[in-house]
Amino acid sequence: MSLWQYANPRKFLATSERVLPALWAGAVLCLLVGLTWGFAFTPDDYRQGSTVKIIYLHVPSALMAINAWLMMLVASLVWLVRRHHVSALAARAAAPVGATMTVIALATGAIWGQPMWGTWWAWDPRLTSFLILFLFYLGYIALWSSIDQPDTAADLTSVLCLVGSVFAILSRYAVNFWNQGLHQGASLSLDKEENVADVFYHPLLICIAGFVLLFLALVLYRTGTEIRARRIRALLLRQGAEV
Amino acid sequence: MRALLKRDLTLALRAGGGFGLGLAFFLIVTVMVPFAIGPQPELLARIAPGVLWIGALLACLLSLDRLLALDWEDGSLDLLATAPLPLETAMATKALAHWLTTGLPLTVAAPLLGVLLHLPAPGHLWLTLSLALGTPALSMIGTFGAALTVGLKRGGLLLSLLVLPLYVPTLIFGAELARRGAEGLATQTPMLMLAGLTLGTCALLPFASAAALRISLR
Repeated sequence: MSLWQYANPRKFLATSERVLPALWAGAVLCLLVGLTWGFAFTPDDYRQGSTVKIIYLHVPSALMAINAWLMMLVASLVWLVRRHHVSALAARAAAPVGATMTVIALATGAIWGQPMWGTWWAWDPRLTSFLILFLFYLGYIALWSSIDQPDTAADLTSVLCLVGSVFAILSRYAVNFWNQGLHQGASLSLDKEENVADVFYHPLLICIAGFVLLFLALVLYRTGTEIRARRIRALLLRQGAEV
Repeated sequence: MRALLKRDLTLALRAGGGFGLGLAFFLIVTVMVPFAIGPQPELLARIAPGVLWIGALLACLLSLDRLLALDWEDGSLDLLATAPLPLETAMATKALAHWLTTGLPLTVAAPLLGVLLHLPAPGHLWLTLSLALGTPALSMIGTFGAALTVGLKRGGLLLSLLVLPLYVPTLIFGAELARRGAEGLATQTPMLMLAGLTLGTCALLPFASAAALRISLR
């Protein structure tokens, strides 16, 4: 038994089909509980009023936007090193999800920023680097969709993902240097002192768990779709059809 | 390697379009800006470093799709890939030739265009320095982008989408160096960062470009 047995598409599909219902259920449950608790049963912040509640969407989606790219980076590396097709397809499947998370984070941030900072958008380092991350997602998705040969596409996007990661980190620090921030520091961290108050903290954790489960479910589901699309393509090719 | 460099330079000089086009584009962008913004000297002087950097960046970008696409079409890329010269070296040489035909002329022309935009006198030196330090990185990153998209039908537009986000750090440090120089502020940090960026891309990106090109040629 090792992790690599799931590189077999058949094994991957069988397992993911068994796991998926649980993931969907967990995601829906966590999001329902977390969001209801967060929106309806937590007090307003004494300065931010009820706008503070957008944290339950903003923080988890921002977290997943970055982690989706990390997951794509790992999957790309696995593809380049071990040539497992499932890995390349998982990276492809994760990209639109990550891009959507980035948009959610940017949009909820803008909606919160309008009453709080008095502006929809500021060229703050965090905001700017998220926008750049979104551009990286767009380029990655565009490259995938413009190459017909699946293996070539997987190779080229993996190389782009590796180089892009380095430049994304560079941009993060360059942007930090370029402009002073308006965005507050981290709301969550492993050492307790920086955390938000407990009333907000517990529902937030549940929301984050919900977003993680949702992300996993979406990626597994989309990877399954990609594998099936690849099979259909192979079948068509075998029958001598034009693809 | 020398032969490849010479060939690329000769092609760029004689085939027309490649060499002068980037410069002309740079000029026209710079001329268009006052029309859009207004002719007030103090306003133009403030935005001059940024405008010239954006102009240089776009001029670099414009010439990228010709960098490998022409060689791809006539098959000389396949020859390069099978030549005894490592593909990494070939990519570095290509990038060098691209820099010599776009980055270097832009760097030399920038002070002249700075005059058009009322860039203050000390700014010219810093602008030239920042472009001289930064444009090699632009060529290196651009070669990587060109290698990624060389086999594609609609490569041109995609190339911009891929390459521009990669240009962000170079643009930030380059324009910041030129701006600080023009305003007489401390320039050491952005200068060192820009130089580091250029050296880093020169050292590492040829490998990524060669890897991407090998995949494209397969």
